[in-house]
Amino acid sequence: MKAVLRVNPIKCAAEGICAELFPERIQLDDWGYPIIEQGEIPEALIEHARQAVAECPRLALILQEQS
Amino acid sequence: MVIADIAARTLPRLLIGTDGPESLADHVGRLGALPELRVDADRWQLISTLEASGLRGRGGAGFPVGTKWRTVAVQAQAAGGGVVLANAAEGEPASAKDRTLLALRPHLVLDGAVLSARAVGASEIVLYIGREMTRARHAIEAAIRERRSARLKEPRIRIVDAPDRYVAGEESAAVHRINGSDAKPTVVPPRPFQRGIHGAPTLVQNVESLAHAALIARLGETWFRAAGTATSPGTCLLTVRSADEVRVREVEFGTTIGQVLAGLERAEAPQAVLVGGYFGAWLPWRRAADLPLEYDALRAAGAGLGCGVVLALPRDCCGLAEGARILRYLADETAGQCGPCVHGLHAMADVMWRVAFGRPKGNDAGQLRRWAGQVAGRGACRHPDGAVGMVKSCLDTFADELEAHARHGACPAALRAAAVAPIPDQEGGWR
Repeated sequence: MKAVLRVNPIKCAAEGICAELFPERIQLDDWGYPIIEQGEIPEALIEHARQAVAECPRLALILQEQS
Repeated sequence: MVIADIAARTLPRLLIGTDGPESLADHVGRLGALPELRVDADRWQLISTLEASGLRGRGGAGFPVGTKWRTVAVQAQAAGGGVVLANAAEGEPASAKDRTLLALRPHLVLDGAVLSARAVGASEIVLYIGREMTRARHAIEAAIRERRSARLKEPRIRIVDAPDRYVAGEESAAVHRINGSDAKPTVVPPRPFQRGIHGAPTLVQNVESLAHAALIARLGETWFRAAGTATSPGTCLLTVRSADEVRVREVEFGTTIGQVLAGLERAEAPQAVLVGGYFGAWLPWRRAADLPLEYDALRAAGAGLGCGVVLALPRDCCGLAEGARILRYLADETAGQCGPCVHGLHAMADVMWRVAFGRPKGNDAGQLRRWAGQVAGRGACRHPDGAVGMVKSCLDTFADELEAHARHGACPAALRAAAVAPIPDQEGGWR
């Protein structure tokens, strides 16, 4: 299973919750918008990623999972 | 000049005739009728010819034209129809090549649009044209009337205004506008070739690309490749600018920037060149003069053909001031949708303004580079990427000037000289 995290930049409103829930892969830029580290998300971190996606109030985070 | 003459020559191919729009009679007299692609095999054959020609798109991205047509043709076949979007938005303030082509050879562009519709299986053509382009628009409207009177069997051609905004011509923004919304980019995928105008697979192609395709359909890929280089075949339209001077030229790929600028009224060598438009790259003259306009050489130099703008900066001007004005303009031209673009470009424009017209602080250049790294790749479209690429090349090219500004404050040239890069008034809406 491959999983990649992406943000919809038009929906994103810099709420910042994603960076709190998934700091291993998400940093905030100087204006509070998420910078997502590129690459596949390892199995061990997938729950953090799913939680960040679920908690985004703007529904701006997308976890693309391909088997 | 008839088709045999054109086949025997390399230049010009597009910019023939300079005294107004070519009539349908003259156009057909010169080139003969457009291939009809009567049977299915004909359109796949044409697509193969385009692929073999090596023609690449001239709207800025440089995507191979044949590959795009094949992709849309396959998608349209599956979807039961498609649309062609002939893109003449030309939102780049420094560019005039598309409007010039439309004003001089409207039938060649329309030929390309009709041909592409036949090739990809589209039943409608939308010509998306910059609102300010009065002369080009009159030429195209008259040409469409001529074709109707001649009862050519062609798909319907509809004209839609492109608002006078920088990003209005970006392909997803164009589709959004034609579908009845603001001319602002949308999140992709789906890309227009998957789901575009009315949800149908849509071929978005710049009008210069269509004009080249209309010639290749008649004269073949070997003719096309007789001009240019092996990896960058054919000719291209350029908008060549210096202070007070604008010319649209057609050159073979491989022509050097020095040759392109020869013959401008300002005879002395410029200090630097902006290649590719406002999303392009500044190059110092010593690197630009002998650089061939050719995809591989430009990429190796950190530049690209972009929309074909070559802007020469005279020695008595300040490159930092030019870069600051362009960045301010691009920041103001954000569609306002994506945080990194809205906040990042404005923050960078403020610092760049101080660098150019005030007194840069010690870490200003570093801050600009850091933000450039943060902002790139984080918008729905490539607007922020293009803007920060221009800024980085500006800081590199005018590093000595940056140091001088830091030591003594803005140079007299920054404070005195009028802009070489044109900056339009920004009052237009998004429809």
